[in-house]
Amino acid sequence: MKNAPAKAAMPFEPERYELNAAPAYHFAASRREFFKLLGSGLLVVSVSPQASVAQESGSSKRPKAHELPSDIGAWLHIGEDGKVTVFTGKAEMGQNIRTSLTQAVAEELHVPIVSIEMVMGDTQLTPFDMGTFGSRTTPIMNLQLRKVAAAALTNLLEMAAAQWQVNRESLEAAEGKITHKENKRSIAYPELLKGRQLTQTVRVVETLTPPARWTAAGRSAPKIDGRDFVTGKHRYPSDQKLPGMLHGKILRQATFNATLASADTSLAEKMPGVTVVRDGDFLGVAAGDTASAGRAIAAIKAEWKSSPQLSNADFFQSLQKAAGEKQPGSEASYETGSVEKALAGAEQRLLQSYTVAYIAHAPLEPRAALAQWSGDNLTVWTGSQRPFGVRTELAEAFRIPESQVRVILPDTGSAYGGKHTGEAAIEAARLARAAKRPVKLVWTREEEFSWAYFRPGGLVQIASGMSKDGKLTAWDFHNYNSGEAGIRSYYNIPNQRCVFHEVESPLRQGSYRGLAATANHFAREVHMDELARVANMDALEFRLKNLDNERLRAVFTAGAEKFGWGKAKADGERGFGMGGGFEKLGNVATFVEVAVDRESNTVRIVRMVTAFECGAIVNPGGLRNQIEGANIMGLGGALFEAVQFENGRILNGRFSKYRLPRFTDVPPIETVMLDRKDLPPAGAGEAPIVGVAPAIGNAIFDATRVRLRSLPLLPNNMQLPSPSAA
Amino acid sequence: MPKVTTLNVNGTVHNIDSDESVPLLSVLRDELDLTGSKYGCGEGQCGACTVLVEGVARRSCLLPVGSVGHKQVTTIEGLAKGEQLHPLQSAFLEEEAMQCAYCTSGMIMSAVALLHANPDPSEADIARFMQGNVCRCGTHPRIAAAIRRVAQVSRGAQP
Repeated sequence: MKNAPAKAAMPFEPERYELNAAPAYHFAASRREFFKLLGSGLLVVSVSPQASVAQESGSSKRPKAHELPSDIGAWLHIGEDGKVTVFTGKAEMGQNIRTSLTQAVAEELHVPIVSIEMVMGDTQLTPFDMGTFGSRTTPIMNLQLRKVAAAALTNLLEMAAAQWQVNRESLEAAEGKITHKENKRSIAYPELLKGRQLTQTVRVVETLTPPARWTAAGRSAPKIDGRDFVTGKHRYPSDQKLPGMLHGKILRQATFNATLASADTSLAEKMPGVTVVRDGDFLGVAAGDTASAGRAIAAIKAEWKSSPQLSNADFFQSLQKAAGEKQPGSEASYETGSVEKALAGAEQRLLQSYTVAYIAHAPLEPRAALAQWSGDNLTVWTGSQRPFGVRTELAEAFRIPESQVRVILPDTGSAYGGKHTGEAAIEAARLARAAKRPVKLVWTREEEFSWAYFRPGGLVQIASGMSKDGKLTAWDFHNYNSGEAGIRSYYNIPNQRCVFHEVESPLRQGSYRGLAATANHFAREVHMDELARVANMDALEFRLKNLDNERLRAVFTAGAEKFGWGKAKADGERGFGMGGGFEKLGNVATFVEVAVDRESNTVRIVRMVTAFECGAIVNPGGLRNQIEGANIMGLGGALFEAVQFENGRILNGRFSKYRLPRFTDVPPIETVMLDRKDLPPAGAGEAPIVGVAPAIGNAIFDATRVRLRSLPLLPNNMQLPSPSAA
Repeated sequence: MPKVTTLNVNGTVHNIDSDESVPLLSVLRDELDLTGSKYGCGEGQCGACTVLVEGVARRSCLLPVGSVGHKQVTTIEGLAKGEQLHPLQSAFLEEEAMQCAYCTSGMIMSAVALLHANPDPSEADIARFMQGNVCRCGTHPRIAAAIRRVAQVSRGAQP
């Protein structure tokens, strides 16, 4: 365990997906093995666009004749029994891609949805995939699978044409059959494939069905295996079992970055059926049941060496200090024109700072893993967004080749960017190796709160300038620690500079739904509201005056119409606000109405409207579900979620202390979905979250004239801060 | 420590071998392999472990198995009658009231208890009763709609 935790314990962990470094790809399956596994039929593989870049740079060798290409993105097999099996390294965690990817294949291959099985996130069976994050499944994997399926259909059509000695154009496909348009003779796909073992690699863009003519995609499809979920049958990672399996438990450090000074494990070791593992700072046990494992951990006396660490308040002070010093060394993410000159010459100027707290992903299923060794070969079932990343972590931790590690991801109980890493997998595997039995480890909620990673807290400072009539001229945007995603303004500003400053973080931090786009949109969209007030303009009019992007204008306009923007005015008790933007190829505008109860001085969210557009819509029902979910999750970070920490410890790491959005917090939410059939489909898991916090903050100001510039806005039980505090 | 040797779950009396202090959730999941009830927090704050004990919603992560005695426990696995889903299970599917669905079994069990106690709940009644169940994916409006759907159907059936 000596080498692995070095990475895990790094105090500053950048948003991992931006690192984007693919480990060397090992692909060992041969054609023959494939047909042995799946039976005869047609196998179509696609070359992934990212992998082909690596190929061009000379990092992989040419495949031998009996091998498949080494840079595969996905593959699809049609068996002689008519069963279609699709393989992708993507993971299902509630985004419903098992369903939307199936729809895509059904669409292009002209087969019923029920004949398709998706094999996902298994490092032995599926092609390499960087991970499921960044809202890339729909724009990239959906497209690849559609290409693969389209190529398969072309093959089938050609086979039928050859068999009947007719022109390919005289044939059409539907419901898993090819039919001659005139003589109505037809043949089912399996009959064409009987006894054959055919392979094809897709390297060229096939003619795809345009979104306007979609029949299977573009419609709502219910969750494919929904019945397994409502009956409790589905086995999540934490539900996995093996014969002879033990239950693991880890003794956690007293504080972050603590080292083990001494440990007395003698009592635990005497307990029957208990295996104790001490390896460096790793201290854990495996036992026949969770209660015994818990007792064994409690019996260990450990002394930890800790050093003083920053608390919440210290951290935000350090950000303020960093902002004061401006760190001239940081390179701008984006720069155009001359910001200094434009600010100096601006007719109106505004300088403001905004902060966002650290928040926790709190996936309802905590990290869990089941590990099994067979000699030096390791298999781990776990919940992660990066099965191949976890495989690399395991190979490094145990100093074994990646080819000896198999990671399998059963559909997982959510992640939201919080499960990029394989902590539980490594821990379970370490215990399993010592116990010589399979070991399952399920993190407790408290462990998940303390030992996973967080959405970074941060500070954004904006200096802006505009003309008297409200035309933006200057924009100087500095983000400290929360990240670069969504940092660039989509408003037309001739002189603009956006800089991300790295600051040492007291907590382990990483990606989160929407990443830093939530922080950056919050700051930008509240600042826009403040500027509109300075310019004495309506918030929508002010935005549209400074916005050329036609897709973004469309969502602001459509949302405003649905919401009835401008129809009612703030009256001291009611207020209205908006916030929106562009992120991960999605355009969003959220509108919020709030009501203030003057007696209790509390705020209530009355209603929300979110307009969203992400190109052509693949599954409208699934999309609406994602938009609503992002809005509701956004309520938590906007209103009350904040991780409190002090001296290397999390102070509110349980559900009784960390407030999440619950039923009574959720207002009526209306969604407006703009379907752009002329544009390729994009993901929707992240972007719809970014407008929520600024829209609420702006609505609160509208109602109360209290300007809140820190997330969460109302941590004190939805109570407005006293005027002096705000 | 006194042992518990039988447990009545989903209409069957199971032989078990558990200390009476062990949470019912552990017995269900680890001894009886009924993994539909989930661990979410271990302090009765998220409702993922909700089961019915004599028709009343209980958080099985906090409930010592010794306190159950001969009472009837119903878990998500015992809700459907053979292939026939419980109306709430069907309603959750129809309303697509799930994303990752890890909360779903607890949500459905709480909803069964709610409709048992109050067959015609208002929206506010639903929100209040379901307040103890966490859905982190944010499908609350759909869950509420699924509950209303069942309430309306049964109201229609018994005018």
